[in-house]
Amino acid sequence: MSIEAREARQPWILLSPTLTVIALLLIIPVLFIVVYSFWLRTSVGDVQPGFHLDNWTATLTDRFYRDILLTTLRIAAVTTLICALMGYPAAYFIARAKGNKALLLLLLMLPFWISYIIRTMSWIYILGSNGALNTALQWFGITAEPIQMLYNETTVILGLVHFLLPFMVLNVYVSLDGVDETLEDAAGSLGATKWQSFLQVTLPLSLPGLAAGGLLCFVLGAGTYITPAVLGGPRDAMFANLVYEAIIIQLNWPLGAALSLLLLAVLGVLVMIYNHFLGLGQLMKGLG
Amino acid sequence: MGWQAIRFWTILVYLFMFLPIAVVVLLAFNANQFGAFPMTGLSLRWFEELFQNEAILRALRTSLALGALTAVISTTLGVLASLALVRYNIPLRNTISTILIAPILVPEVVLAVALLLFLQFLGIHKSFTLLLFGHVIFTLPFVILVVQARLVGIRRDVEEAAMSLGASPRQAFFTITLPLLTPAVAAGALFAFTISFDDITGTLFWKPGGVETVPTQIFAMLRNSISPEINALGTLMILITAGLPLLGLAISRKLALRRDNGT
Repeated sequence: MSIEAREARQPWILLSPTLTVIALLLIIPVLFIVVYSFWLRTSVGDVQPGFHLDNWTATLTDRFYRDILLTTLRIAAVTTLICALMGYPAAYFIARAKGNKALLLLLLMLPFWISYIIRTMSWIYILGSNGALNTALQWFGITAEPIQMLYNETTVILGLVHFLLPFMVLNVYVSLDGVDETLEDAAGSLGATKWQSFLQVTLPLSLPGLAAGGLLCFVLGAGTYITPAVLGGPRDAMFANLVYEAIIIQLNWPLGAALSLLLLAVLGVLVMIYNHFLGLGQLMKGLG
Repeated sequence: MGWQAIRFWTILVYLFMFLPIAVVVLLAFNANQFGAFPMTGLSLRWFEELFQNEAILRALRTSLALGALTAVISTTLGVLASLALVRYNIPLRNTISTILIAPILVPEVVLAVALLLFLQFLGIHKSFTLLLFGHVIFTLPFVILVVQARLVGIRRDVEEAAMSLGASPRQAFFTITLPLLTPAVAAGALFAFTISFDDITGTLFWKPGGVETVPTQIFAMLRNSISPEINALGTLMILITAGLPLLGLAISRKLALRRDNGT
């Protein structure tokens, strides 16, 4: 074999184990559950191959599923908005900070290394009946009894914001860091106020980072079931809780397959829209 | 006004991120037996009890083994794939990159369901093997992103220079490329380990009944009630998954400093 041909083959040899693993453990399984979602769970509990529309009819027409899907999307949207409002100024501060930028960035990475379940449960110690807030309220004599603050939609959103905020800050920071600071000065010297130059120069240039952070917050938020399970009440189930319920509790796997495909389709459309306008490269910048 | 307000806001955002976690760590040292406020004194009692709790120790061993194996497999695969992407001009680069990070783009629940149902169909039931497969596919894209970012700095001409000076390709790889690769490999492995060690979403789908990892053990304990043991276990987890990367960072900084002083 010629040297050129060997040279051309080398990267594929390096890539093939990984591509094989991704094909076997991700792509084929996802295609498999597409087929599986048309199979049927019989009353005795075994699964019958075939082409039945029952699972999809249930998934797409049942009001219960539709309501929870809408609730899930609403919770994810509110979470993303709050993350953007909280995270943008912080990212701006880090990008423009002079002295302790390295420390601020290190601290920003820290939550990624702390378990999701611990970060979620930590709110029980803040808002629970024996939590910091209730203890303080009683200590100061403001309330006599602990107030029930946990286990509602607000605490689910709070937990999600706490989980997802670092993704937002990091992505916005990455794009703000690439914006030349002197551009704002230039706008200023041309007569723009600080606020104007921010709105017309810096903000538009940082939109790709904001969009990447927003996409991550939305997709991760809409796909979660731990946060509602820990911080939500019995009525605060999100769509992933339905999937968990169908697969693990009811053992109705074909239905679970249809439900997870619906979630994948809804979120997949968002990812595709994002990819069309901005490309996935921006997303990788923030993650890497 | 502006800058001071932004500064104050940033402080609030950082407090929001860390105060709740600090409370968990603080309460782990609380002598009070309900695992909540008020603080009645400092004690290491809950950490001692942790090491006498057979279920927790088993979960810890499972998590460590799973994390270590995941790190070895994901890093090996990830480093090979990253080398291909960084050092060669391959056709369809963007498509390949998208496929490589696809596991991040698919919601973890969907990934969990697809893998569970497919492997079950093939006769691989809920088991440690299924957990390992799941953790590998889940950590792989993160490893590739981290390793790729580190590899960009290693230029191919260094290796070519060595060969032009008479080194064989083998020698060049082992004496030049591999030492330069080491930080990337270490970073990837550390990342894979901590992600695997912290994972709960997929793990709850893949784990066989009776097997727990540290996060699922905490999740199960939370169902009953808050206990000081959960806080101690949580603190131990933070120590492992945040402590290791910080240690790695400190070591790599020290090495970089020594290298700078040496030349």
